Amino acid sequence: MSYYQGLQADVVPFRGHNGDQGEAYYARPTRAGKFPGVVVIHHLPGWCEWTTEVVRKLAHHGYAAISPHLYFREGDKGEAPDDLGARIRAAGGVSDASVMGDVTGAMAYLRAQPNATGKIGVIGFCSGGRHTYLAACTLKGIDAAVDCWGGNVIVDNPKDLNDKRPVAPIDLTEKMSCPLLGIFGNDDANPTADQVNRTEAMLKKFGKNYEFHRYNGAGHAFFDWRRAAYRPEQAMDGWQKVLNFFNRNLAASAANIAAE
Amino acid sequence: MCSYIVEKAALTGSAAKGRKGWMRIDTANVYYDHPYYSTLDHVLAIDFTNEGEGGRDRVAVELSADSARALVDRILAALASGEVAHAVAAPALAVAAD
Repeated sequence: MSYYQGLQADVVPFRGHNGDQGEAYYARPTRAGKFPGVVVIHHLPGWCEWTTEVVRKLAHHGYAAISPHLYFREGDKGEAPDDLGARIRAAGGVSDASVMGDVTGAMAYLRAQPNATGKIGVIGFCSGGRHTYLAACTLKGIDAAVDCWGGNVIVDNPKDLNDKRPVAPIDLTEKMSCPLLGIFGNDDANPTADQVNRTEAMLKKFGKNYEFHRYNGAGHAFFDWRRAAYRPEQAMDGWQKVLNFFNRNLAASAANIAAE
Repeated sequence: MCSYIVEKAALTGSAAKGRKGWMRIDTANVYYDHPYYSTLDHVLAIDFTNEGEGGRDRVAVELSADSARALVDRILAALASGEVAHAVAAPALAVAAD
């Protein structure tokens, strides 16, 4: 067997919030075997190319991964995700209820695949990190969650809550039902190091299973190789933490599968 | 993380050229946030759209903060000098026509 193994990636239809049919980017290993699933939640600017790279990276490491396009309801056929993202931003974003419904639909898609183990992880970046925290607290059936620099988990000013985002995720911490990994840059302005500490204090208070990793010399989105924010050493270590966490909680390493 | 803070400027008598050619625009959505395309950590982004017609098309720019400030300065300078020049030119033409 070759050291590297193939994967297949495609855009697939899925049923999201309210049963609406949307599209998602889906990738899975092509070798025989069963694979855990991971839902990848994209950031506020939209369903970007980097998000599809994350999906393929996870497939490369032995997961069936899917990233639902969270803005599909508002889009025209073939509309560029960045143009759509700009419109969604101008309209104040999409509701938490809609995102949670789409994540639930993406999880159902993964579990319905014949090669699924049934284990599901969720990972999100930026606003998707916040959505991941929310999903870990409100959705059933998640086995591991990874929040990468999700801001606004803590909402200090109640005026920042609205119909689309009615609850601060931190206030739902007691309901968190799966292990949580947090990846943060200490130079980030949202979440700040203090907010990360306050989130950790809340997880401790409720005895939750979590691990937080904080990186010096890194700010927001330091995994993103396209940006000046990219920090190769911290990103390499952070990805290893993510893959180890998923491997531990979803039992998915290539070695485990080969041994089956 | 990305914010949802968007400043909206209402535009009148304005137009922009996008992927489908020229279009009338009635709104500029302005925000300072993480970019979609620029390699900077943060950009001043402006989306020119016609929300009255659904806002489907846009002309977008992502500017560094320094570039955005320099642009604001040059816009004001161009307006100041241009309005003076045109205000002067109009009476001069009027006089010549007499």
